[in-house]
Amino acid sequence: MQIKGKAHKFGDNISTDHIAPGRLFHLRTNLPELAKHVLEDADPEFAKKVQPGDFVVGGRNFGLGSSREHAPTIIKLAGVGAVLAQSFARIFYRNAINVGLPVLICDTSQIDAGDDLEVDVSKGEIKDITKGITIQAKPLPSVMIRILNDGGLLEHFRKHGGFALDG
Amino acid sequence: MGKTIVEKILSEHSGTDAYAGDIIIAEIDAALVQDGTGPLAVQQLQKLGMVEAAKPDRTVLFIDHAAPSPRKELSNAHKVLREFAAKTGAIISDINEGVCHQRIVEDFMNPGEVLIGADSHTCTAGALGAFATGMGSTDVAIGIASGKTWLRVPETFKVHVTGKFKKGVYAKDLMLHFIGMIGADGATYKALEFSGPAIDAMDMSGRFTLANMAVEAGAKAGLFASDEITKEFLESRGRGDKWRPLSADEDANYEKVFEIDVSDLEPTVSCPHTVDNIKVIKEVEGTKIDQVYIGTCTNGRIEDLRVATKILEGRERHPDTRLLVCPASKEVYLKAIEEGLIAKLISAGAAIINPGCGACVGVHAGILGDGEVCLATQNRNFKGRMGNPEAFIYLSSPAVAAASAIEGVIADPRKYL
Ligand code: SF4
Repeated sequence: MQIKGKAHKFGDNISTDHIAPGRLFHLRTNLPELAKHVLEDADPEFAKKVQPGDFVVGGRNFGLGSSREHAPTIIKLAGVGAVLAQSFARIFYRNAINVGLPVLICDTSQIDAGDDLEVDVSKGEIKDITKGITIQAKPLPSVMIRILNDGGLLEHFRKHGGFALDG
Repeated sequence: MGKTIVEKILSEHSGTDAYAGDIIIAEIDAALVQDGTGPLAVQQLQKLGMVEAAKPDRTVLFIDHAAPSPRKELSNAHKVLREFAAKTGAIISDINEGVCHQRIVEDFMNPGEVLIGADSHTCTAGALGAFATGMGSTDVAIGIASGKTWLRVPETFKVHVTGKFKKGVYAKDLMLHFIGMIGADGATYKALEFSGPAIDAMDMSGRFTLANMAVEAGAKAGLFASDEITKEFLESRGRGDKWRPLSADEDANYEKVFEIDVSDLEPTVSCPHTVDNIKVIKEVEGTKIDQVYIGTCTNGRIEDLRVATKILEGRERHPDTRLLVCPASKEVYLKAIEEGLIAKLISAGAAIINPGCGACVGVHAGILGDGEVCLATQNRNFKGRMGNPEAFIYLSSPAVAAASAIEGVIADPRKYL
């Protein structure tokens, strides 16, 4: 899977409250509407700026906090191609794979806001075209590659009639 | 090779000889969702054509985050959960019954069991010697319908705690101190196992506080051995027959061991906007506070209300500081009435919020104004958490919260104890 877009840079510890704040709790059953507020508390302009295929580039511990799956879901709905970060909080990471949002663990320190990126998710290769550098991401665990390739956990379960995580 | 508590529980539940790093399919004993995550779980099951619960009597749907509902969208979300319960036989825990993590340990979970929950603080039940972890709606939906989930067996960090708490210092201070020590991502993907003389001597309420906040260090679960104190708790809840002893093997393998002597701890406060931004009381005393919030799944138990009342009894909140108190469950509330705590708290100027999440998640019942500062007994203080990204949240024990309500600034509780 090859994705092209611009980098939107965020700092460390971007929480699920930054991504899908509690005050918009009532929009959780209206995800397209909630997506208009994605990451609002980290960058109020983000939802307006983001173009299909663009990347959310975070620092350490991206997605910490609540288990709300709505957080990766609305990042995906907003058109984001993948989230790149130095590390992810556990539940967010698992949720992102489950909803089919690629998440890559890599050194994001050299990527700046506005850089043009080209990402090969299956190879875990991130090309920063602006900088002329290639960054290698940590490979996804094989279980997660299976789920992601099936299009998320729901599709995985439907396709195999249960969990099919071996081999 | 010996096993950690988590390796033992996950071996039993997967029918394998499981060790850290293994990927397993585990049988789950119980599952929970709440009103913020449950409707999406139901939707996912509808998409799968699997509107069913493998263990209906241990599938619990909590209406606690927005309870009673402050607006029609949420009332409709609540309807989805009630309808799912009616259709599948799953249990609904409706408004006023309390916060999911308090209710689940009061009435549902036992040592050695596996719980998955669509709420990050599901780890609270680890205090009972269970493996309990938070996941998203789709994971839990599939767990509800199939009775199974996949897991990577986590490595364990042992937190070995010795010494005696000084007056005015509690489990909450220990946990804030620990999170400050290892950082908000210090235990990502790992299980924490709490042990040592100070843990052996700790009541269940304190253990719940520690387990509850395991996720604030990034952990997947926070576990405790199941001992005599666990047994007494289960007996008091009418589930004495469900008790079993459970502890780690002597030769279990730990990725890291942390030693903490609680005798050295001071009342501790977490400062905006991350939980690991820890200060001891001396460093933050005098910070002006607009609202104090005592409650939540972290510190809304009867033991917490007793401490707060002890400090507030016969005194009054500062005129410029609002005081909200929210018992974590109906049973806690009733007990607090019976013990006369509620009357004393109201006399001291507290507004009592009905059991539930109350102001914690910023949906209703105590949303902060721009620039306002809140001192809360909850578990997180992220920007926007209590409904306003322009506000500031400090976290503390109920004792610090009560003392601060009196003085209108962050205050050391020890002079009132
Ligand atoms: S009390 Fe707060 S932390 Fe606990 S479940 Fe409710 S919203 Fe979450």
